[in-house]
This record gives sequence, structure tokens and C-alpha cells, in this order.
Amino acid sequence: MKKSMAAFHYIVWMVIFTVVPMLLILGYSLIEVTDNGVIHLTLDYIRKCFEPIYLQIIAFSFYTAILCTALCLVIGYPIAIILAGDSFKHKNTLIFLLLAPMWMNFLLRTYSWLTLLERNGLINRLLTLLGLPNHSILYTTGSVMLGMVYNFLPFMILPIYSVVSKIDSNLIEAANDLGASKWNIFRKITLPMSIQGVFSGIVMVFMPAVTTFVITRLLGGGQKEMIGNVIEQQFIVSGDWSFGSALSALLMVVILVCISFSNRKGTAEKGERGALI
Amino acid sequence: MKKSVILLTVAALCLSLFGCGDQREVLKVYNVGMYIDKSTIDDFEKEYDIRVVYDEFNTNEEMYVKIAHNENAYDIVVPSDYTIDRLIQEDRLAKINKENIPNFEFIAPEYVSPEYDPGNDYVVPYMVGTLGILYNTTLVEEPVDSWYALWDERYKGQIFMWDSMRDVIGPTLKMHGFSMNSEDDSQLAVVKERLIAQKPLVQAYVGDEIRDKMIAEEGALALIYSGDAKTAIDENENLAYVIPKEGSNKWLDGFVVLKNTQHLAAAEKFINFMCRPDIAIRNMTETGYTSPIKEAWAEFGDNPVMFPTAEELDNCEPFLYSESATQKYSDIWTEIRATR
Repeated sequence: MKKSMAAFHYIVWMVIFTVVPMLLILGYSLIEVTDNGVIHLTLDYIRKCFEPIYLQIIAFSFYTAILCTALCLVIGYPIAIILAGDSFKHKNTLIFLLLAPMWMNFLLRTYSWLTLLERNGLINRLLTLLGLPNHSILYTTGSVMLGMVYNFLPFMILPIYSVVSKIDSNLIEAANDLGASKWNIFRKITLPMSIQGVFSGIVMVFMPAVTTFVITRLLGGGQKEMIGNVIEQQFIVSGDWSFGSALSALLMVVILVCISFSNRKGTAEKGERGALI
Repeated sequence: MKKSVILLTVAALCLSLFGCGDQREVLKVYNVGMYIDKSTIDDFEKEYDIRVVYDEFNTNEEMYVKIAHNENAYDIVVPSDYTIDRLIQEDRLAKINKENIPNFEFIAPEYVSPEYDPGNDYVVPYMVGTLGILYNTTLVEEPVDSWYALWDERYKGQIFMWDSMRDVIGPTLKMHGFSMNSEDDSQLAVVKERLIAQKPLVQAYVGDEIRDKMIAEEGALALIYSGDAKTAIDENENLAYVIPKEGSNKWLDGFVVLKNTQHLAAAEKFINFMCRPDIAIRNMTETGYTSPIKEAWAEFGDNPVMFPTAEELDNCEPFLYSESATQKYSDIWTEIRATR
């Protein structure tokens, strides 16, 4: 009884703050309000989403987000494993350093990259001091990627770290006793048992990455727009809520398909649900 | 017993705070960010015993969406020409009684009676200016006099454009000799091609940062508003401002009162106060923009950026509103931004 009461609160919360807004978005994408206030159903906005220019932006957004997720994985996985290991002395310091920037506002952190990357910014001034040629780093694909990896890396490290640090140390000891090499221990124990964390990390990095518009605007200077920027523009500049909603709805469907696909793969390998989804 | 006494005292204190706090009339004002000397608002509050709730927006579009979805959100807003035009067309504004605004007489004649509001029934100008090119004379060899400078291959990667569709499409139309308010499809197609061709030359499409970027010499040329240009030139003497010879946009941001207001009289007091020459001088000093209040000008000498000549102004036109044109601009803008 108590359990179902708790679930009830949760369901009410979800309905109000998740289901209703999603239905609103879906609704907006299917209606058109004419000048005299008449509302009628239309598929025009959904159709407009499939124009090549928007498909191109969606493709670019996915490409960028996938690249960002891959980079986070490559950088984050070893860090997570090192953090979870017993041998590392300054573990708590490193975790603290990893989390500390997150206490600061995300916008502020991204803004500070501007002053570092500018033409006459800190990095270029250092290069000049060392007698090296200057580079235009800001407003390139590189600066956008840097901003994304910098901001989302902790979301890759933390889920992997939390899963790996829960691995029973007896397993590793037993493997050691039986003469397994370090590589074999990693391959046969740590890697398969960390897969859940990896999947959570991928989802937690990929989703904000594919929809970001702040990072692309600040560090991309309107040159490297992603789908998030187009959607933002529909709401704030054009006032075209229907088209903005249609793009959001399409994006949600595509993400949902991707996630459920990777989830199925994850659960098939593990035989149980992933750590996050 | 003791506990309940403390509780009661606290409750009484809270009540007194909320209860007899502020009995003053409340006026809600919505203006562009960093566009006023805020101490003038304090002075207004003291002088008239009216409380001002002052909020700021970044773009006219953002402001429009907000007041269109909640017509009671504000009493006074400060939009630009095309948005004032739109608000008048959509019947969202209250008429202002100019008899209650005696300081209106200080406004220079060239800024009275805009095309979209010939009798100034709805709008009282707050700040005026032009759109032009700010360039760095140490990085650009010859004096700039044409919009074509923003398409000069030699300055690849050193050009900043404003992140705003009308301010980018307008000058490009003007550059080809078309009207800034054109909605002719063939003219717009030419402009779109031009702007897509310009994209590789542009370092970034940004907002208010343009000014600081130019001061820091991050670029050679930028599309900019006169007020930002004035501030930038004050900070870095290598910079110069020009209104291109093909003509440009002359703009006006003005006070309008929303139709649903319950505080029309207070709003008129506020507008009249802001038109007082001494207040206009303070706002001009703080923002670098030009107030249309003529009595305030002497304070700033004859700064060519702040006070364009009559010939320069004759060559300029304001942005007007048309729903069909806005849709076209919006589509073109999306396409330009999406092209890579």
C-alpha cells in the first residue's frame, strides 16, 4: 500500500511535468492558427522538417554529438577506471577536482573559454610569447567540440566510476590468485562489468550534446549551428511555435529510436536493464 | 508557552513586512538590456512615489513573444520601429496623451512623426541612431564607404556580423539598391546568395559582444549600431564608424504603452520624466546612444557618430513591419545560418 502511494505521487509528477509538456509539443506541431483565431490540423510543419536543409542540420548535429560522445568515452573511461582502482592515492582529490567546476554555472564556464580561445586571448598570447604562430581557434568546429567535451565529460566519467567501484574486489583477487594477467582481468572482469556504466554515460553525454544550442552559439559564433539553434530560433525569433515543436518532436523520436536500440543491445549483452535507462 | 510566543512574534513580524510594505502604485517597464542609467529610475520613484519594476530583454522578437502571450505583463515597453509598427497594426497599444508629456517638445523634429505613427499617437522616441560599419583603421588600409567592404576577401575571418535577421538582410538589400523593407522574391533571392557567399569571410555572427570584440581588435570590420560604435571608438581610437554611401537603416527605439495597462497616467509621468533634458543627458552618457532630446546634445559636442548629418539621414530608412515579409526573412535567415 505504502509503495503504491509513493508510486502514485511519482506518476502525478511525471504526468504534469513530462507527459503533458510532451503532448503540448506534439499538439503544437500538428496545428495551425489562422489570423482569425481558427485552429485546424495540419501536417505542413512535420513535412517542412523533412526539407533537405533541416535534415542536413539534424545529420550534422548527430555527427557532432556522436563524435563528442566518442571523445568523452575515450578520455573518460580510463579516468573512471583509475579513480575506481584502490591503488590510486589521490582519488578523492581528483573526484573533487572533477566535480568542483560543476558548482559553477555552466554558462559562465563556457564564457570563460571565449577569453581563452580568442585571437588575442590567453592561449594565442602564450603562443606569441613562445614565438609560435597564432591560430584562430574560436568559432571553429574544434572550439565547439572542445566546449562540448569539456562540459559533458563528467557525465561520462561518473556513471562508469560508480559502476566500476561497485565491482566485488573478491572477483579480482580470485582472478589474481588463479594467475590471470592484468590485461585478462580487465578484459574478462572489469570491462564486461563496466558496460552498464558505459551505456549510461553514452546516453547522458549524447542527449545534451545533440540538443545543445548554447555551446554552439557561444563557441561557434553562429557558424556551426546545430538543430538546437534552429529550434531556439523558431521560438524566440520567428515566433513559429508550430514549426519549432515539429522539429523538437522529430528530434525526440529520432533520439528515442537511437536510445532504445542501444539499450536493447546493452540489455541483450547483460541480460538486465542498463544502469540509467 | 515560550515557543508559541516566539512563533507569534515571528508571524506578526512577517505579516507587518508583507502587509504595510509597499502601498505605492507599481509601473512595469520592459526595456532593452544595458540601455538606461538605472539611477534615473530611482530618482523617478522618489519624485513621483511610484514603484518601477524594471525588466530587460535582448531582442525585439523575444520581447514581442512575451507580451503577445501575456498582455498584462508590462505597462511600458521600448521596442524598435518595426516592432512598434507591428504592435500598432495589431492594435496592442494604448494612445498616449501628449498634453501629459510636455517634455515632448524637446524632441528634435527629424525624429518626430515616424512613418508608422505619423501623429506620435502611440510612440515617444527614447533613443535614435543608425546602422553602419565599424572598422579598425590599422587593419583596413583604405577608408571604408560601402557595404561591399563586408564582402572584401582580404578581410576573410576578420568580419563580424550582427546575429539578427533584419540587421543583416537590410543592409544587403540596400547594397543592391533595393529597399530595406523589400519583400520582392527575386530581390530577396539575390540577397540570400550574397549572404551565403559572405559566410566563409565572417568570423562570427554575434550579439552585444561585437563592441567588445572590436575594442579588443579581434576583427577588422563589423556591422554595428551607432551607439555601440560611439562607445567602442571612445575605448579604442583606432576604430572608425561609417554610414555606407548606399544608405542604411535609421532606427528609433521608443516608449509605447500596452493596451491593457491600468496605469496610463503613471506611464505618461514616466515617459515625460525620461524626456527631461537632464535625464536624457544621464542616459546618453551611460549608454553611448543618442537621445532625440535636442536640449541634451550640446553636452556631447558635434560627435559625427552620435549626430549624423541631414544628408546621411536622408539616405536612410526605418525598418517597417509586414507579416509576409517577416516570414520570408525568417526562412532566408534560417537557410543562411544552416548553410555550411
